[in-house]
Amino acid sequence: MAKTILAVDDSTSIRQMVAFTLKGAGYEVIEAADGQEGLDKAKLKTVNLVLTDQNMPKMDGLTLVKTLRGLPQYKTVPMLMLTTESSDAMKAQGKAAGATGWLVKPFDPNKLLEVVAKIIS
Amino acid sequence: MTVAQMIQDSHHTDNSSGIDEFLTFTLGKEEYGIDILKVQEIRGYDSVTTIANSPKFIKGVINLRGIIVPIVDMRIKFNLGNIEYNEFTVVIILNIAKRVVGMVVDGVSDVITLTATQIKPAPEFGSAFDTEYLTGLGTIDERMLILVDIEKLMTSGDMELIENAAA
Amino acid sequence: MTIDMSQFYQVFFEETAEHLASMESLLLGLDVDAPNLDDLNAIFRAAHSIKGGSGTFGFNDMIESTHILETLLDRLRKEELKPTAEMIDVFLQAGDALKSQLDGHQNGAAVDQEKVTTVCEKLKSLAENKEIAPQLTTDAAPVTHQEPPVKSPESDDGYGFFMDIEDIKKQNEPDPGYGFFNTDSTEYTAKNISQAHGSENTNNSQASPSNVKDIKSGNRSAAAAPNPDAASIRVSTEKVDQLINLVGELVITQAMLSQTASQVDPVVYEKLLNGMTQLERNTRDLQDSVMSIRMMPISFVFSRFPRLVRDLASKLGKQVELKTIGEGTELDKGLIEKISDPLTHLVRNSLDHGIESPEKRTASGKDTKGTITLSAAHQGGNIVITIADDGAGLSRDRILTKAREKGLAVNDDMPDQDVWKLIFAPGFSTADIVTDVSGRGVGMDVVKRNIEGMGGRVEISSVQGQGTTMTIRLPLTLAILDGMSISVGKEIFIIPLTYIIESMQPRKENINTISGQGKVVHVRGEYLPLIALHEVFNLKPDVMEHHHGILVILESDRKKIALFVDELVGQHQVVIKSLESNYRKVPGTAGATIMGDGKVAMIIDVVSLVSMSHQQAA
Repeated sequence: MAKTILAVDDSTSIRQMVAFTLKGAGYEVIEAADGQEGLDKAKLKTVNLVLTDQNMPKMDGLTLVKTLRGLPQYKTVPMLMLTTESSDAMKAQGKAAGATGWLVKPFDPNKLLEVVAKIIS
Repeated sequence: MTVAQMIQDSHHTDNSSGIDEFLTFTLGKEEYGIDILKVQEIRGYDSVTTIANSPKFIKGVINLRGIIVPIVDMRIKFNLGNIEYNEFTVVIILNIAKRVVGMVVDGVSDVITLTATQIKPAPEFGSAFDTEYLTGLGTIDERMLILVDIEKLMTSGDMELIENAAA
Repeated sequence: MTIDMSQFYQVFFEETAEHLASMESLLLGLDVDAPNLDDLNAIFRAAHSIKGGSGTFGFNDMIESTHILETLLDRLRKEELKPTAEMIDVFLQAGDALKSQLDGHQNGAAVDQEKVTTVCEKLKSLAENKEIAPQLTTDAAPVTHQEPPVKSPESDDGYGFFMDIEDIKKQNEPDPGYGFFNTDSTEYTAKNISQAHGSENTNNSQASPSNVKDIKSGNRSAAAAPNPDAASIRVSTEKVDQLINLVGELVITQAMLSQTASQVDPVVYEKLLNGMTQLERNTRDLQDSVMSIRMMPISFVFSRFPRLVRDLASKLGKQVELKTIGEGTELDKGLIEKISDPLTHLVRNSLDHGIESPEKRTASGKDTKGTITLSAAHQGGNIVITIADDGAGLSRDRILTKAREKGLAVNDDMPDQDVWKLIFAPGFSTADIVTDVSGRGVGMDVVKRNIEGMGGRVEISSVQGQGTTMTIRLPLTLAILDGMSISVGKEIFIIPLTYIIESMQPRKENINTISGQGKVVHVRGEYLPLIALHEVFNLKPDVMEHHHGILVILESDRKKIALFVDELVGQHQVVIKSLESNYRKVPGTAGATIMGDGKVAMIIDVVSLVSMSHQQAA
């Protein structure tokens, strides 16, 4: 069965690009436009991977990761932060929140597939 | 087969073989033929809504399934036949130049097929229509058929149907 | 796998335009002295999103400008810097610069590179201005974590994991059907922080930026590409209009059926009649929802005014606050496009001629800050838009003087309402000095004509010293018209309701003949030209005597006429149909419609009828 990925980004164009890329590679994709929506959708269906932007209205990416980690079904699900910042401080925050890794924006679709494949192939 | 069915059929058949199909109708004593591909349908005459200050031969407009269609009475335009409106009055709905126009004639007779050899050039003689609009003469069963370029006629300034049409 | 990024451009363009618009409106609403942190965050997020998208889709020029903007905004939202009025100005300019860059990518418009550079320089100098916030440095990231910063070893590939990749995979294996709840919450953050191994990638982890030429050619395909967003679909207006037309037909068919059904025996055909009632309700609901597809909130127009008012007020040295009410009020997309210019003109006019200078306002005991209130609301089948200012109000004397200069027929006893209407006369302007603000060659007469062209009307009320209110009434859509049906002989005509002032049965003694000029009728102190519709359209009326028929008083362009008809039939909403699609324009008619019985009825062109009659009289 196809792996399901939750893609959370408030930018419609980037979210669509991510979803399109992943779907093209055979993944199921659930989209959410902010952290809160991401959390709600993640609760409805436990996904195999969470990709989330950091800066979003309502709930940011770090909070989403932290909250999801608190849920038993998301204890071990990999979560990747898509971030424009790759400073050490940012990475430390990501790690503390419980993220599995990070991917710096902007990224090209093939890079995304490559990283995703490393995690859930 | 009714004329209406023939029209429908003709629209489905390939017409590239050099054989043309014509809808024939009468106006007074003359019989005319027009390219069947220009004919959308044939219907009875319904009451029309008159258009103020328009020429007499433009009877008005009707509602044809939501489209507003002008109706021209060819009998008035060309001074032919008996100008009566009853249950036998026939309107040919034409599709010309992306427009829909209805024309009242004396009667619709048939759909006929003519090959190129059956069509003779039209002489410079006085049919009701100006020779300019005639494409030729056809013969069927000893009857003479005047073939009309209906699109050219209807879009001409003479008919006053189109804004800025060349008079 | 190659992915055609251009298919997302259109979405990016639209979303960026939205971000810029929201950034602008947030900036305009920002209180410099006590900035709202949520707003600052939202402004930052807008800039941040634009940067992210620009990077992803390869619009490098926009990354540069947003990056500087974002850096400064970041410091503001972290309260490392205090916003100043100067900053807001520069931010707004930066927004404009981005808009022009966006326009450059989207439509191939020329970008004023110099302007962009200037704005970037200004932003930079603001960000570096140590005097504003001497105690702060740019790298003052919030240090809330206890752990030491994670080191990213070697060259940064643009991604990384906080644990060994094999561990991640192991954790992600299918649930074997049992497991233990691990209470150690730090377990997933791994023991072994390593760079992902076997990275065959090189350092070009940035999205390969397409050059501008590619973008432009890609843009076309982007517009045609299907939008993969599930929440909404993009449909061409043509398709929507086709749907609206079809529903219009359905409404007519339904009305025809109802009329036929009303003649049957209700006892015998009870079920049929119940079905008809149901059909009528469903049809109406369907029509409403289909029409709503074309509806857009008026905020699309209103949103441009905060900026306009701000810029204009500072140019004129006035203090003005703009209030908007009812931005969510919806109207037809076509009307939104058309109302924009007249509305802009009226707002400019209020600001320029209505609101006084701060000195004048103080002198007359008013708040130095003037207020312009824009509001929109639905009223019946209409949308009512008002532009109200608390300025000087219209000057009756000045208008009358000016009108006399222009040779208009006026007298001192004219009611206010009629005096105000004079400003809609061609070439009329009451300002002592024509400024480059209002005096743009477009007069109020054009505004009025445009509004009437949409089937609407505009009214003025004004109190000297207290302000002026302009009220625009528009139909909700262009496709449907509120009309009065009248009959002459066997024919039915529709008169658009917006032009009808009243209708009456005249008394014989009120109708007079002026030799050589036809008839006039005396109505409420005025002599109006009396036009018989049957004469205009060459029809045989059922009623010949005026006092046996009906006079419909019509007004257009401040001129009134009394139209004589046989009788009033009723009021309807009619679907406007073009006569020109299959025929030609018919003088005196503004189109046609199909009535409940399936017959065609002409819609009377009141504007031309009124002006025709006045030309004849003159």
